[in-house]
Amino acid sequence: MSITGLIALIARTGRVTEPVSALPTEAAIEVRDGFVPPKCLRGSAQVRHVDAGSCNGCEIEIAAAFGPVYDAERFGARLVASPRHADVVAVTGVVTVNMADPLLNTIEATPNPKVVVSIGDCTRGCGLFAGSYAVAGDVDDFTTVDVHVPGCPPEPEAIIAALRTVTRR
Amino acid sequence: MIDSLVVVAVHVVFAVLLTPLLLGVMRTTRARLEGHVGGGVLQPWRDVIKLFGKEPLRAPGSTWVLTWAPLLLMTSSLVLLALVPLVSTLPLAQVPGDLFVVVSVLLLGTVALALLGLESGSAFGGMGSSRHMMFAALVEPTVLLSIYALSLPVGTSALAAIVAARSEDLATIANPVSILALVALVIVVIAETGRLPVDNPSTHLELTMVHEAMILESGGRDLGWLEFGSWLRLTALLGLTVNLAVPWGVAPDAAWQNLAIGLAASTVKILVAGSILAAVEVFIAKLRLFRVPELLAGSFVLAFLSVSASYLVF
Repeated sequence: MSITGLIALIARTGRVTEPVSALPTEAAIEVRDGFVPPKCLRGSAQVRHVDAGSCNGCEIEIAAAFGPVYDAERFGARLVASPRHADVVAVTGVVTVNMADPLLNTIEATPNPKVVVSIGDCTRGCGLFAGSYAVAGDVDDFTTVDVHVPGCPPEPEAIIAALRTVTRR
Repeated sequence: MIDSLVVVAVHVVFAVLLTPLLLGVMRTTRARLEGHVGGGVLQPWRDVIKLFGKEPLRAPGSTWVLTWAPLLLMTSSLVLLALVPLVSTLPLAQVPGDLFVVVSVLLLGTVALALLGLESGSAFGGMGSSRHMMFAALVEPTVLLSIYALSLPVGTSALAAIVAARSEDLATIANPVSILALVALVIVVIAETGRLPVDNPSTHLELTMVHEAMILESGGRDLGWLEFGSWLRLTALLGLTVNLAVPWGVAPDAAWQNLAIGLAASTVKILVAGSILAAVEVFIAKLRLFRVPELLAGSFVLAFLSVSASYLVF
């Protein structure tokens, strides 16, 4: 595309982000009893996403939450590549036998203070995959989950609501 | 002596306060052009303050390099800021604000970062370090040559004196020598600070990263120093380039009225230059790694032509 074409496209598209007022005020997220978001994460939380055995439905919703329409970045949340850079570990899917160790290693490699967010029904009660020989358990069996986002898959609004409980923006 | 100290303090404090804002303005410009809102101009401040509040987590078996390299990068950036004429062109007592000193200080930070990348022992870190050093080897000669071309009409290689002389004489700015040298300088600043099309600061994806690959193993406070140190380099180099291109408003001494004008002028110039850089980045893609040397060789040729032309012009 030519530069003039690109400029015309930018001018035509304008802003695609939904206004904050369009987000639901009450989202169905489950916060652990006694969970207080760490003080230093106020306004800024980097998220490391771990797919511990998901069907990729939740991944599509996470991509939408960080995309231009829902734009989780305006609440201070950003996806990062390394658990060392992260403040929030977002886990999706059941924990399969092969992913149990990598999941625990990722949580261990995240500097304190950190928050664990589980996304999707599979992470609590294993959902559709319960009882499979490849499943080692749900996320609660392996670590303490601070915020849980129910849904199969959950809506991007719910994922953003969970991140906003951490960044409080 | 007192005046020099005042100027150094003003430079460092100004840059430390402005830098996160500069990054915020650049990211917001980019976000707006891409159609979304973005984190806002204060987001880099929040990120850095958060990182300083987190405990650094270092891999077992890592050595002192992981602890000290971020501090060395930060220190080299602060020294660089003290030497570059951002607000005032008062020549510093005792310390030469010389072109060669500036390039050596710049290289000190580069080497610290490269050692840090090797320290992690991962494939990504080593890959990032080797690319970083390759860029450094191609960038440094161009920095030396292009500023040398600008120093010829002034007769000194002290950066402050070059900026001061350029603000007094329009003929030294609007001539082919100066324009060629500045174009070369802009290209090397982009390469040195890891912006598009040489490196993409917002990607962490697979094999394209350079800067991100080296800092992948640092977390918490260490990462805070690394991020802040690299951002300060951007401010220093961008500030030097805009002050060479548009030298008006820079204070000639340490008088407080002149410093106030200099602060205002530099803030505006650096923020505008940053937004232009960010807006241009929306339109270009990252270059393939093996084509980066062609770009940098091109900038070297421009700098070389600039030096050759200066013997014809002056």
